[in-house]
Order: sequence, then structure tokens, then C-alpha cells
Amino acid sequence: MRKLFSYLKPYLGLMAILLVVTYLQVMANLKLPDYMAQIVNEGIIMQKSSAIYENGGLMLLVTLGAAVCSVIIGFLASRIATGYARDIRKQVFTTVESYSIAEFNTFSTSSLITRSTNDIQQIQMVMIMLLRMVLMAPFMAIGALQKAFITAPSMSWIIAIASISMLSMIGVLFSIALPKFQMLQKLVDRLNLVTRENLTGLRVVRAFNNEYKEEEKFEKANADLTDLNLYVNRLMIIMQPIMMLILNLSIVGIVWYGAKLIDLETIQIGDMLAFMQYAMQVIMSFLMISIIFIMVPRASVSAKRVAEVISTPSSILDPQKPRKFPKEGNGRVEFKEVTFSYPGADMPVLSGINFIAEPGQTTAFIGSTGSGKSTLINLIPRFYDVTAGQILIDGLDVREVKLEDLYKQIGYVPQKGVLFSGTIKSNIKYGNKKATEEDIEKSAQTAQATEFIEKLEKGYQNEISQGGSNVSGGQKQRLSIARALAVKPKLYIFDDSFSALDLKTDALLRQTLQDETKDRTVLIVGQRISTIMNADKIIVLDEGRIVGQGTHDELMQNNPVYQEIAYSQLSDTELKSISESHHNNHKGVNNG
Amino acid sequence: MDKQSTPPKQQQSMSPFGGRNHMMGQGPAEKANNFKGTIKKLTVYLKPHWINIILVLVFSVASTVFAIVSPKILGHATNQIVDDYVSIKAYDQITSQLPPQMNIPAGATGADMLNKLPSQVKNQIPSSQLEKIMSLDLTHRPVFHFDAIAQIVVLLIGLYLLSALLSYIQGWIMTSVTQKVTNQFRKEISGKINRLPLSYFDTRTYGEVLSRVTNDIDTVSQTLNQSLSQIITSVIMILGITIMMLSISWLLTVVTILILPLSFVLIGLIMKKSQALFVKQQAGLGLLNGHIEEMYAGHLVMRIFNGQKDSIAKFNTINDDLYHSAWLSQFLSGLIFPLMTFIGNLGYVAVSVVGGWLAVNGKINIGDIQAFIQYVQQFNQPITQTANIANIMQSTAAAAERVFEFLDEPEESKESTNPVELLTVKGQVEFDQVMFGYQPDRIIINNLSASIKPGQRVAIVGPTGAGKTTLVNLLMRFYDVQGGSIKIDGVDIRDMKRSDVRKLFGMVLQDTWLFNGTIRDNITYGNPEASEEDIIHTAKEAHVDHFVRSLPSGYDMVINEEANNISQGEKQLLTIARAMLAKTPMLILDEATSSVDTRTEVLIQKAMDNLMQNKTSFVIAHRLSTIRNADLILVMKDGNVIEQGTHQSLLEQNGFYASLYNSQFSSEE
Repeated sequence: MRKLFSYLKPYLGLMAILLVVTYLQVMANLKLPDYMAQIVNEGIIMQKSSAIYENGGLMLLVTLGAAVCSVIIGFLASRIATGYARDIRKQVFTTVESYSIAEFNTFSTSSLITRSTNDIQQIQMVMIMLLRMVLMAPFMAIGALQKAFITAPSMSWIIAIASISMLSMIGVLFSIALPKFQMLQKLVDRLNLVTRENLTGLRVVRAFNNEYKEEEKFEKANADLTDLNLYVNRLMIIMQPIMMLILNLSIVGIVWYGAKLIDLETIQIGDMLAFMQYAMQVIMSFLMISIIFIMVPRASVSAKRVAEVISTPSSILDPQKPRKFPKEGNGRVEFKEVTFSYPGADMPVLSGINFIAEPGQTTAFIGSTGSGKSTLINLIPRFYDVTAGQILIDGLDVREVKLEDLYKQIGYVPQKGVLFSGTIKSNIKYGNKKATEEDIEKSAQTAQATEFIEKLEKGYQNEISQGGSNVSGGQKQRLSIARALAVKPKLYIFDDSFSALDLKTDALLRQTLQDETKDRTVLIVGQRISTIMNADKIIVLDEGRIVGQGTHDELMQNNPVYQEIAYSQLSDTELKSISESHHNNHKGVNNG
Repeated sequence: MDKQSTPPKQQQSMSPFGGRNHMMGQGPAEKANNFKGTIKKLTVYLKPHWINIILVLVFSVASTVFAIVSPKILGHATNQIVDDYVSIKAYDQITSQLPPQMNIPAGATGADMLNKLPSQVKNQIPSSQLEKIMSLDLTHRPVFHFDAIAQIVVLLIGLYLLSALLSYIQGWIMTSVTQKVTNQFRKEISGKINRLPLSYFDTRTYGEVLSRVTNDIDTVSQTLNQSLSQIITSVIMILGITIMMLSISWLLTVVTILILPLSFVLIGLIMKKSQALFVKQQAGLGLLNGHIEEMYAGHLVMRIFNGQKDSIAKFNTINDDLYHSAWLSQFLSGLIFPLMTFIGNLGYVAVSVVGGWLAVNGKINIGDIQAFIQYVQQFNQPITQTANIANIMQSTAAAAERVFEFLDEPEESKESTNPVELLTVKGQVEFDQVMFGYQPDRIIINNLSASIKPGQRVAIVGPTGAGKTTLVNLLMRFYDVQGGSIKIDGVDIRDMKRSDVRKLFGMVLQDTWLFNGTIRDNITYGNPEASEEDIIHTAKEAHVDHFVRSLPSGYDMVINEEANNISQGEKQLLTIARAMLAKTPMLILDEATSSVDTRTEVLIQKAMDNLMQNKTSFVIAHRLSTIRNADLILVMKDGNVIEQGTHQSLLEQNGFYASLYNSQFSSEE
């Protein structure tokens, strides 16, 4: 939280000016009743017309002055609040951009989005309100109290009672209502959850004939929400009438005691009228101040969430003294006794992992869900850091180089094709801004993407909408492969990247890839046996350990886990026919 | 982001007392397409509460009237004070000018004294006070009429108390009405969701529907509350205050009302400008949110391709642009409040000066000026409110219209009037010349006929997007056929109740939907009466028992809202267990095993085999082992079933199935 305040520093000057102008505005507004008192006392009662016009003229001037002050306040308040929001937003975004998976998991993506958008908007809005309206309240309260006291000290107790009862009413109301507000939010969330569940599970709900059950659940949430809403609203609507009552009663009180004081000749009639104005201003100011109690808790929730992001650094950082990758390296990957556990987990996901992936070879990983194959591959680009052991690329520990450098070595293709808004071209050259037209087309060709790109009206200039929602899953995957190829990296990582391709494209793609990645290191995580069985080395994972390494044929001979996987997907004869064509294929490649 | 994510909501502004703030200068009000019709429909919902609404109206009228008359009554008190004060002053002045020993004769009045004074002295006395002095009783010093003031004070206290009480009762009733209406709306929407045909959701995101339940209904309830009581109080306030002002002084009233157009013009100008800027600001915000969403969603890819610098640079440009439109928009919309204050102050000054001038000339009392000032101060609020009511009603109508639109959507076709219920099910399924298209004019299934004998296993195969789930949709009557029929044991499923058809099938879907509740509740979702033994037995068969027991609270562990505290594979297993426990005579498995790991899958396959024994089952299959063992294979392409038969017979046909099969298992062309 304190960190958030430090971002106010650039605005301290403006805020000082704002304070001064607010003070001036308050003084101007407080001056008005004085002039009116003069008009009454001298003008009307003493029958001096000149006093009316003089004071009237002054009133006009002061009113104008106050208006000018308000405009300046509005200007400064919006400049400060929106500027501050901009600065914080920038800080939050920059911080989040540096996060690793770990932070994304702890915060969750959708929460990070809310923190970067809505929460900051919330802070901005409350800040504008505070600066523009609430800031003047304390000045006004003190100034008006002072004036009231000077005018008729013996009547000040009326203001005191009114203010105290106003504040205590607000205090009592909110001490009851605030916890209810939080509960209200929870009930709204509950209602949303029930509805969302019903919507997302529509088929299941209907298949099990459970519509009534969902409606019962909804009805319960709905009734709870309605009841609490009724309670809270009925509580909150007390405020307005009581506020008016306090205001009106204090004015009646002022008239009654004012009359006595006039009788005693302690004050004049005009003074009594001015006193009424002061009293109103004091009470209104206290009302404004009470708004702080309403707004600040809401905003502070947002502020806390934002501050949390800003003060959480990425868990994966550049080393103090980074080393450089050798130019001549070809992306050789070595795992040395690697163990990894997720933060706070009892059991390691991976343990005792040792292997070498040689350049010019394809190394594949297979295993059941939860065997740790995706986790393993995520350790190489340091999405997570190993808990023990070492990962070396071309002989260098991945933690010894700058992240930027490390990423440059890697052509990564994720499970789900992720594209960004722009064009097909901008997506392919996303990782390599210097890619030429030929590079782009070559990459697309290798990725088997030209076929559909050329069919498009604008070809490579065809727009990709946010998140790539206007291309199919298979097309997305091919474009992400092209993007990785365009980087011309030393090390390719395919994280189950062929799942959305039909088998024909899959086969074609793997063949062209082989040519493209000849002397480079290729790592593939696969679900389908057919995807990985051509690999030079297959690493079989089970419950976080390597239970076998070798070629398809070797593993079929001696690895029960691998056999089990293979048989669950294919039949005996199929495996045989595949294995034969696999050999033929190999021959073909060697010959070519 | 996926398509379910709600679009970034328009920023909700906060008002100090909760709810949405419809202050002027915010965004332009959304307009309903059919304002009149919507309001008419809305009144239908209000009708059951008409007694309450009338009470609200009566109470708010009464409370407003009391509020309006009280300043004038307060003015009487001030006048009394001024009168007494002036009398005392006059008495003191006159008596001080008389020789000290002079006896004032009984019954002497100011008039008697004045007549004795030289005329130039008389002329010095202002005409307004002359009358008072004339009638002044000089026999004793006048005193303050505290009894009269006290009477007024007591009356006022009574009025204020009454007004506050009435206003609270009014709010109390109004809250009940709006909350009841809101509750009703929500209830109807929830029921509607379950009665809409699934096709409705083909073209809409969940976010859209969800936003009707929350945002739209919220807007309706908030604004309903505001507009109903505000329309009436504002109008009465304006009328009442005008009358009271006129009763005090027409000249002051004219002066006050003349200032009003000034405020309208000024505010109108600013509003126009600020709305345009507001739109611009919203656009900027949308751009910013879009970039943030995209970059966070694709974070890893952005990082690993070293896109961080570019992404931040782009963000900074958008962020700076937003800042410029945001501060200007905020500044302009913020001008309205000070402007209103300024105009209010102008009125105050005008009343003080003109009122003072009138008072000097004896045409008005100080108490009246004081009352008038109070009226001027009260005048602004109802006027801004009425100006705003149009906006509020517009947004009420717009939100209500969306709610009604949803409620008016056509529902699933009526159930058959005398539905057939199958008591014992053999499981014979007959597709008889079935025709179907998601859009009536685009038939995708043409003349599908197939006959499935009891206990047969049917594999539905075909490339992605071939429409395999369409068949499931038809079997479950999520959609109805457009031609031909589907018969179960010879009965057209359209002659059965939907719920009875669905009771026949156990279903495992591709997406693993579980709800926020315990694992036990999730497993028993299709069979709430299942015994504990039954549950455990089924769980063991579906291979969930072991992993469930290893969870923190076992079967009582609550699956969280995102259902991400168990793995995808575990979720899949739970849905299988759920379908198993439902103990239905037939089964539909929709690529159910695709996300379960291969080893577990073997186990599930075995359990499934047991489950499917003697049950007619439909499997949308990817695995060839499943396909080969099927009694009947339906081969689908482009929405249509193009081939059917057994594995062997289809291979012999050497058609699409054969090529599909071959492409899968000979990796080269």
C-alpha cells in the first residue's frame, strides 16, 4: 500500500496548488453569508440601499471567484487522478509482463487482468471524487465552525449537536451496513456462479433432467440476495430523511435561540441568518467527510490488489553476471539430476531426470497425464526454475544467461496455438523482426500453412483478430509453428503441438520439419504414439521419473510402460505396419 | 481470451450511497429500441404491486408538500422576530427622544407621538417602519413574542418529523416493490435458461446471458427505484416551490427563473462535448483492456519470443492516449457540479440584492427573503433530477428491453399432449430418414436411416467438425429432427417427454462440467438417492475411488468455482462415474476418454466395457480399438452420415472410411 503512495510523488506540486485553491474556494463560499448579513443588518434594517448594492456587488465577485476556483480544482483533480492512474497502470503492466508462470498461477490470469484494468479505474474514480469534493469538506467544516463561533458563540452548541448526531448516525449505519455490503458482494458472486454453472453445463443439466435442481439452487441464491438487499436498502434509506431532519431541526433551533439572543442584543438579525448558512455548510461538510468512509474501503480493496502486483517481483530473474552462449552451439540440451517441485508441494513432480538431447536429433517425451512431460519441457525456457540439479544448453546453465538470450536460442511451439492481433505476417515474424519475405514464406511453407494462407483474400496481410479467434485451431497451430521456424533457433520445443492437425498434415509437416531442423536440437512432447515414434530418442516418463530411453523399436521390445501406451492406441498389426513404414521412411530420409 | 469471457464492462460509477450514479455528464444514455412497448411490459410486472405504488406516491406527495411549506412557516418565525426587534428599537428610539420626566398617557400610540413631532423628523423615518411605529403601544416597552415563535417552532418540528417519517415509509415500500420485481425477473430468467432450445446458445456467449441476469436486472432495479419516486417528488417540488415563491414575490420568482435557462444552456453545451469525449475515453479504455487481455492470455508466447519490449511500448502508446482523453473527459464532466453551484450562488446573490431592495421599500419581509433563499437552494435539485429522469428512464428501458427480449425468446417446442413412457427399455434405436439442420434452411443431415439392435455398440467416426455431436444432440432431443423420426423401441422420441428420453441415456461429454460442490454431490448428480455403497462401488469401477481418497477431504472435498483443484483427467473420471451411477439403459460417450491419460484409459475402457454390456451405446470415437470393436460404425462427413457398417465391411467398401483409416495408419501418402 505504501508503495502506491510513492507514485504520487510527481503530483505533489499539483496537489499543493490544489490545496491552496481549495482553501480559497472554501473561503469564498464562506464569505457569502457575511455579505448577506450585511445586506440584512445595514441595508434592510438600517435602510441603507447603498449597503445592499455594495455587498451585492461583492457577493457577485466572490461567487465568480469561487467558480473559477472550482474549475481549477476540477482541472487539477482530473489531471492528477488520471495521470496517477496512467502511471500505476504502466507499472502494473510492466511488472506483469516480467512475470513467470509461477506468478500467473498464483494470481490467475483473469485476476491479473482485473487488477490492471478495473481496479485501477476504481482507484482513479475514487481519487477524483476525493480531490474534487471531499478535500474541501474539512476546510469547510473548520472554516464554517470558526465563523459560526465568532458570530454567535453561545449558539455554537446547536451546530455541535447537529454534527455529532449526523456523524453518529452515519457511523452507526455504516458499522451495520459495511459488513452487509461485503456479504452482498458474496451473494451476487454466488448468483453469478450458479447461473454460469447452469449455462456452461446446459447439456449435462438437461441430460440428467436436473433443471429443477439448478432452479432450486438459483432460487436459494436469489432469495438470499433479495433478502439481504432489502435489509441493506431499508437501512440505507434511513439516511436521507434523518439527514434532512437534523438539518431542519438545527435551523429551527437556530431561529428559537437566535430570537433569544436578538432579544438580549447579543447578535443581530442578519447574523442569525448567516449563522444558519454556516450551520448548513458545516453539516454538509460532515456529510462529505462521511463519504470517505464509504468510498475508501471500496477503493482500498482495489488498491491492495494493485499494490500486491506491484510489490511482487518475478520469481525468475536475470543473473547478476550473465554469460553469453557460444556462437557455434547447436542447442544441445543436458539435464543433470534435475528435480522439480511446485512451490508448496510435498512431492516433486520430476525427480532425478538425466538425459542429453543431441543436435541433429529429435528427442521425444511421452507418458501419461501427470507424468511431468510438459513440466519437464517448461523448465528449459525457465518458465520455472529447477528445485535441484542443472539444465545446460550448449554447456551453459540456463540460469547463468540473460532470459532474453535464452529465449533467442529457443523456437517454442505451445500446446494451444496462441496468436496475437495483427496480420498473418506480423504473427510469423513475431519472434524475429528482421525476418525477410522469403524467411516468412519459407517458414509458412515448412509449417504447411501456405495452403490456407494463399486461399485467403489478402494472403499474408490477412488480419488476425484478438487471440486469433478468426482462424481454426489447426491453422493457429501451423502459424505458431511457422512463427517458431522464423526465429531460426538452435533449439526447437514442440509441446504437444500437432494435436489439432489432421493426420495427413501432421505427417507432411513432420517430414518437412526434419529437413528444416537438420542440425538443430528438436524436443517433442507427444500424446499420440504416431507423432513421436519417428524420433531418434524417445524418453518415457512415469510419475516424474524417466522409466525408459530409446527408439520406438527398442522401447517396444523392453519397456512395459511404453508398450502399454502403444497398445492402448494401436493394435498389433497396426503397430507392425507402422513400424515397417517407419523404417522405410527413415531410409527415404537418409537417402534424400 | 475465450469466447465466454464477458466483454470489458462499461465502468460502473460509484455513488456515495451505493448503486449506480446517474449524475449528469456521464456517458450518453443507452436507448431502448421500443421505449413505449418496453415500459408497457414493465408495468405488467409492477401491476401486482399497484397498492404499494399508490401508497408510495401518496406518501412522497405528502412528504414533499410538508418539505415545501416549512420554509415559509419558518419565515413567519423570522418575521415575528424582525417585527418585535423593530418595535423594540422604535420604542427605544422614541422614548429616548422624549424628555425624561414625561409621562406617557395611557393608550398612547406611536401615531400620537409622531403627530407631535416636526414633519422633517417624520420624513426621516422610512415608510416601511412608519406604519409599525404608528401602531406602537408606547405605554410599555414591547417584548419578544416568544409564545408565537414557540408555536411556530413546535409546528415546524411536527412537520419535519412527519415529513421524515413519511419519506422513510415511502422508501421502505418502494424498496420492497423493486426488490420483489427484481427477484421475479431473475427467477424468470433462470427458468428461461432451462427452457430455451440449445440452439439459442449456439450463437451467443454465456457472458451475454449472464450479463442480463446481473447487469441489466441491476440497472432496472436501481433505476426503477430512482425514477418512480423521483419523477413524482421532482415534479411536485418544482410546482410547489414555484407556487411558494410566487406567493412570496413574483419579482424574485422571475429573477430566479430567468437564471435557469442560463444553467440549461451551459450544462447542455458541456454535456454534449463531454459525452463525445466520454465515448472516446471508453474506446481508449477498450483498446487498452484488449491489449492487456491479449498479452496476459498469451503471456508465455510473448515472453519466449522476446516480445516484451514491443508489448510494453504498444501499451505505453495506448495508455498515454487514454490519459489524454480521460483527463479531458473527467474534467469536462466534472465541470457540471461547480457550474450548478455557481448558478445556485448567482440565484442566492440575486435574491439577496433584489430581496434587499424590495425589503427596503417595504414590499417584502426578511423572513420571506430567508424562505426564498431556502427555496432557491432547493430548486436546483429537482430540476437536475427531472432533466436526468429522461436519461434514467431510457437506461431502464434499454436494460429492461434486453431482459424482455431474452424472456420472449421462443422456447423448446411443446411436449406431446399424451406422452408415452417406456417402462422397460430394450434399447432398440431406429433412425428413419432423419433430416436435420441447425438452421432450418441448411439441412446437414439428409435421409439418415440406421437401425440399432438392443445392446449394440455404435461408433460414430469422422473428422473434426463432421457433426458427430449432432447425432448426440438429436438422440437426447436437445434438438428435434426436421424430417423423419428417431424411434426407441418403436416409439418416436417426439411422442415422449424430453425428460423421459433423457432418462434413457447416460452421457459423458467432451467438456467435463462439474459444479461447485462436493465430489459426492457431483457423482450423485444424476442419481441423488444413491446409497453410499453404491457410490463407492461405482467410484471404484470408474477408477476415481483411489484418487478421491487421496484428496484432503475425500468424497467431501469441495470442487472449487473454477473446478481447477482437480486435474483435467480426474474431472473426466468423475463425469464417467457420474454417468455410471445414473444407471441408465443406454449410453452416449462423447470423446469421453480423450483427455484421460493412456494408462488410466485402459482401465476405464475395461470399466466402460462392463458398463456397456447389454446396453445400447453410442460412442463418438477417435481410438481405432474402440471403433473396430463396434457393432455398427456410422461414418460422418460434413454433417452427414455417408457410410455405415462394421469395420470389416467398411474397409471392403473402400470408401471414405477406408481412406480415413489408411491415412491414419500409413504415415506417408
